Amino acid sequence: MNPVDKRRREFFGQAAAIAGAMIAPGLMLYEYAQAGDGAARPRAPGEPVNSKVRWGMLIDTTKCAPGCRDCVDACNRENGLPGTTRATDSQWIRKVDLKDLKTGKAVSLPVLCQHCAEPPCVDVCPTGASFKREDGIVLVDRHTCIGCRYCMMACPYKARSFVHENTTGQSPDVPRGKGCVESCTLCVHKVDKGGTPSCVEACAAAGHQAIVFGDLNDPSSEISKRVRAAATTQLRADLRTDNGVRYQGL
Amino acid sequence: MTAAGFLRAILAATLLLAGSGAGLVASAAGPAVDAARSGPCVEDPAVMRRSHMDFLKHDRDDTVRRGIRGIKHSLSACVDCHASKADGRVLGSEKHFCQGCHTYAAVKVDCFDCHASTARPSATAAAAAPGRTR
Repeated sequence: MNPVDKRRREFFGQAAAIAGAMIAPGLMLYEYAQAGDGAARPRAPGEPVNSKVRWGMLIDTTKCAPGCRDCVDACNRENGLPGTTRATDSQWIRKVDLKDLKTGKAVSLPVLCQHCAEPPCVDVCPTGASFKREDGIVLVDRHTCIGCRYCMMACPYKARSFVHENTTGQSPDVPRGKGCVESCTLCVHKVDKGGTPSCVEACAAAGHQAIVFGDLNDPSSEISKRVRAAATTQLRADLRTDNGVRYQGL
Repeated sequence: MTAAGFLRAILAATLLLAGSGAGLVASAAGPAVDAARSGPCVEDPAVMRRSHMDFLKHDRDDTVRRGIRGIKHSLSACVDCHASKADGRVLGSEKHFCQGCHTYAAVKVDCFDCHASTARPSATAAAAAPGRTR
């Protein structure tokens, strides 16, 4: 071995040792963070959202009554949507009735933005307007949306709508206007203040209790216990978008 | 006209324009808008006049992308404070806070294409039935 190679080997040996020393504390910190009790602490004012929380929803189709539209109506009221169902009207949540033709089994379920962990709408957005928040909520930043509707094409769940006409009567918490794409926000303006989405509240108020909202990362949350105990499905799980909205009884 | 004469003509025209401009500013006191609330704004009024759009643009990203609510420079807080006590709005006529100044400055205010221009009912007791039209 010539002296140059020897020095080189020594250098790389030392570099590896230093790198190892640098990484090890980082790993420990990471594990420490994961080993916490997992409970979602209320964020302090001014603290940004973080990925310790993953908001999700569990919809129990066995409790969802056919013909009931309480969640849909509550969504329209909360978000200032027209509530009409022409092809060009916005629908953030809609009821779908399915029937297995072979067995005759019928189910009724609400379909909304599935708040994917790997959202195709975010992948295709040319301006970065379609984005996923750290806590798993998929949103449209209307300030950057140019209304190209590529995300509507990409969404496997037909969850997004385009605003075709001038809007009136917006809620101060839910701005919406012509020329932008929009979809379910999981009532982010309420969730940020510790609240629950309006559809969940309406379903509970109607006595159905078919929708559970909570933090999928918190093992002690009701939603985590439910998805641990019972078989649930993600719509189009074959696409591996890892939806935050799960269905029971499909 | 010689080149020197041409330059002199331009100089004279520029001075004339500058003079008339100064006269305009001196004679007009600004738009007469209804500020709705007395008391301090979140920043000095002179700073707000010049930089409110920058504040809003900065803080909107904190709210939309990072979920920080109750920020200092929030558009809905502007509206809640400055909405007319008569009808609870910041748009509608040249007396209204946002529209009055923007008309005077000939700057389009397009915030309210999407955002509500009406104060929350709780924010303006005077606006009994705001009716939330833009």
